[in-house]
Amino acid sequence: MADKMHIKMTVNGEEQEFLAEPRELLIHTLRERLDITGPHIGCETTHCGACTVTIDGKSVKSCTMFVAQANGADVTTIEGIGDPDNLHVLQNAFKEHHGLQCGFCTPGMITRATKLLEENPNPTEEEVRFGMAGNICRCTGYQNIVKSILAAASEMNAAKEAAE
Amino acid sequence: MKDDVTREERVDALGGMGCKRKRVEDARFTQGKGNYVDDIKLDGMMFADFVRSPYAHARIKSINIDAAMALDGVAAVLTAEDLKPLNLTWMPTLAGDKQMVLADGKVLFQGQEVAFVVAKDRYIAADAVELVEVEYEELPVITDPFEALKSDVVLREDTVDENGTAVDGAHGPRGHHNHIFKWEMGDEPATNEVMDDAEVVAEETMYYHRTHPCPLETCGSVASMDKVNGKLTLWGTFQAPHVVRTVASLLSGIEEHNIRVVSPDIGGGFGNKVGVYPGYVCSIVASIVTGKPVKWVEDRMENLMSTAFARDYWMKGKISATKDGKITGLHCHVTADHGAFDACADPSKFPAGFMNICTGSYDIPVAYLGVDGVYTNKAPGGVSYRCSFRVTEAVYFIERMIEVLAIELNMDPAELRMKNFIKKEQFPYQAALGWEYDSGDYHTAWEKALKAVDYEGLRAEQAQRVEDFKAGKTRKLMGVGLTFFTEIVGAGPVKNCDILGMGMFDSCEIRIHPTGSAIARLGTISQGQGHATTFAQILATEIGLPADSITIEEGDTDTAPYGLGTYGSRSTPVAGAATALAGRKIRAKAQMIAAYLLEVHDDDVEFDVDRFVVKGAPEKFKTMKEIAYAAYNQAIPGVEPGLEAVSYYDPPNMTYPFGAYVCVMDIDVDTGVTDIRRFYALDDCGTRINPMIIDGQIHGGLTEALAVALGQEIAYDSLGNVKTGTLMDFFLPTAWEVPNYETDFTVTPSPHHPIGAKGVGESPHVGGVPCFSNAVNDAFKAFGLRHTHMPHDHWRIWKTANDLGLHG
Repeated sequence: MADKMHIKMTVNGEEQEFLAEPRELLIHTLRERLDITGPHIGCETTHCGACTVTIDGKSVKSCTMFVAQANGADVTTIEGIGDPDNLHVLQNAFKEHHGLQCGFCTPGMITRATKLLEENPNPTEEEVRFGMAGNICRCTGYQNIVKSILAAASEMNAAKEAAE
Repeated sequence: MKDDVTREERVDALGGMGCKRKRVEDARFTQGKGNYVDDIKLDGMMFADFVRSPYAHARIKSINIDAAMALDGVAAVLTAEDLKPLNLTWMPTLAGDKQMVLADGKVLFQGQEVAFVVAKDRYIAADAVELVEVEYEELPVITDPFEALKSDVVLREDTVDENGTAVDGAHGPRGHHNHIFKWEMGDEPATNEVMDDAEVVAEETMYYHRTHPCPLETCGSVASMDKVNGKLTLWGTFQAPHVVRTVASLLSGIEEHNIRVVSPDIGGGFGNKVGVYPGYVCSIVASIVTGKPVKWVEDRMENLMSTAFARDYWMKGKISATKDGKITGLHCHVTADHGAFDACADPSKFPAGFMNICTGSYDIPVAYLGVDGVYTNKAPGGVSYRCSFRVTEAVYFIERMIEVLAIELNMDPAELRMKNFIKKEQFPYQAALGWEYDSGDYHTAWEKALKAVDYEGLRAEQAQRVEDFKAGKTRKLMGVGLTFFTEIVGAGPVKNCDILGMGMFDSCEIRIHPTGSAIARLGTISQGQGHATTFAQILATEIGLPADSITIEEGDTDTAPYGLGTYGSRSTPVAGAATALAGRKIRAKAQMIAAYLLEVHDDDVEFDVDRFVVKGAPEKFKTMKEIAYAAYNQAIPGVEPGLEAVSYYDPPNMTYPFGAYVCVMDIDVDTGVTDIRRFYALDDCGTRINPMIIDGQIHGGLTEALAVALGQEIAYDSLGNVKTGTLMDFFLPTAWEVPNYETDFTVTPSPHHPIGAKGVGESPHVGGVPCFSNAVNDAFKAFGLRHTHMPHDHWRIWKTANDLGLHG
């Protein structure tokens, strides 16, 4: 067992400071140390995307990142994307278009989709499918996930235009 | 209620059956507030991890736990020796066999559970697993069921007596020590006679490969033994929580009232979470031993290697017909590889599930089915992966046999199907292998499907493509995959369906609150199907209170009525029926209360959407909301206070959903890459409760079918090593590989179900697999291909093209 490291990070806007073994995986830090259980563990090999979070502006699968690598990082999880009184457009769109079933992939899926729409605010269906290919869903067959994301994009663009 | 509200508006306000109600589950899931088993955190909770066998067949010479126990933070290391005094070294399986909880002297498959390490966190547990020293002596490995039936190697020592003679198994005599059972249905001599005299006979052998349900959430449990009160609480990924409680009680000796089993949110099941696994049992024992809550959650490799494979059927078929294409008989023999323990999740009396639905949608006068179950050095399981028991295998079998027969007859396969469908007026239809189909209108569905896709146009385009290919103008072939399936779901009548002796009924209990809202609890458990949404819709229509005012709860055995759980598309056919009937009991009492309040005779009021009205005087009424209040605040002569009901439903028959699917696929002959151009799915699931959820189920089931047909498999090498143990090797399609699906429907209600619903969650998987596979086979038909085995991954398709000489 290695010596514990002094880790500081910002998670969903809150400063966190703790001692952890450097080998601790970020997903366990979030889920077990900080009780942020929105991101899930589906494969532990970076394939399924259930653990997707945003780190310093990029989508990252937190199951294969050591907490030591996240030292000093700014982390956003599904819990930081919207709250019950102020849901993100994507959170509403997934409900509206039946973009989820068992819900296990959903936090990672929506977290990834927020970044996808930042990177490409007006994606084609093909671009959505390609951009979401790192997140596996076993229930929906993706059709309604794609629909949800495209609908959210339109809504966000309309809101932006209205604001301009 | 205001007079200006129309009847239609009152119906709409309920959000009842038939509307596309948005899901009530989604708020928590979209905000990361689901509560899955790995989210459970209890004071002092320990984590557990397994030491697993690297060998597929080996004797265990010794296990040394000293170094592991010496590691700081390790609380216990359990081995078979620790389970012996508790009589828990082996546990019963659902199939009448038994299974080792922890390796008892030998291991029989790679990844088998050998020791259970309990530590204060998951990292220490993983470290300690590495420190457990196990000495193995390798034994000969058998991964082929045909070899197993010839081999002198005795895989399971409990299958032979002291003289080495095979003893009887749970389903009768064994023909060989590695033989588990022989199961036969139908009339073999009569079938053979028909075959001998037939004008045309087509034969084919097909391997339905081993695969895995692989829900995104793996299996796990948290056991907490409260020694002060003598109560055990077990949270876990259970598709049948009440059965788990009964089994836990029988195994542990703890009285059933002292056990509470909870299925929290479940991250997909697809059959993976029906069985009882060693991890569940060990977490209970470890909690009793350590006095602390113990969590066990398998990782993905453990999931793919050890819990619940599906399929692995070698199917040999023979189908006979007249020259003009009237089918006269069907013969099917299956060699079923069950792995090291027969842990199939089937009703007790059906060792090959409902494989005897293999006559499909066709009027076949005589048939025979024989199934031989075999032990090998592969993982146990044999679960129903998104299908009712072995129905996927049955439908794949008949839908491939139809295609092969069409080739033999030189007849269009759509026409061959049309010619042999069971006719609408033949229902209820008695099939040759024993089932009574409840209802169907296959001709209408098939005609609608063929018209929707312009079937003739597709065949013309395909013929042109073949010409172009031969002329060197294209390197892409086109396949038209057809499937017409009939499922059998909703197990089942208690008289012939049980799980470990528990009849397969289901239940619903309703309490109406004074202010006109309600809670209903069911014996089932959702794993993504949206029960909280759809069961409230059934109730809204039945009891006239808005779906939004009805909470649905499942999965806590302390509060929910006993039921057999959710799998085999049984929730709507069985628990849905219980829900409707419990609702009708509420309504019957409400009628008496309404009559009293309206000062008329019971027979003089009738139910209308959300109220009881005086017959012939619609202005005189009491709403269900008013009636609910009256049930609690008025003394009504001869009527007990309160408004509650419970219903336990034993279905008189199963339900038989059906559907017509067409897949249009382009195949690149040089790369083997497939492109699904179009997929049309017509489903008839009887009465439709929520069309939005039905479509979602179909999209998902088709995608799992695509996976299985086009690449997903659990493969072993000859030493019994699992070659597909991670998601790198085990194919789960992403958004990039999956097409958009076109859905359609007809409605043929089930005549025996209270609301006519048949179940839908598994139809698309059952029908989808043969449809994708038929498309691949069809693409190469013009070049002489009769049949090629799944999964049709790029390499195998390339190989097929190469074998047919298409690479020049």
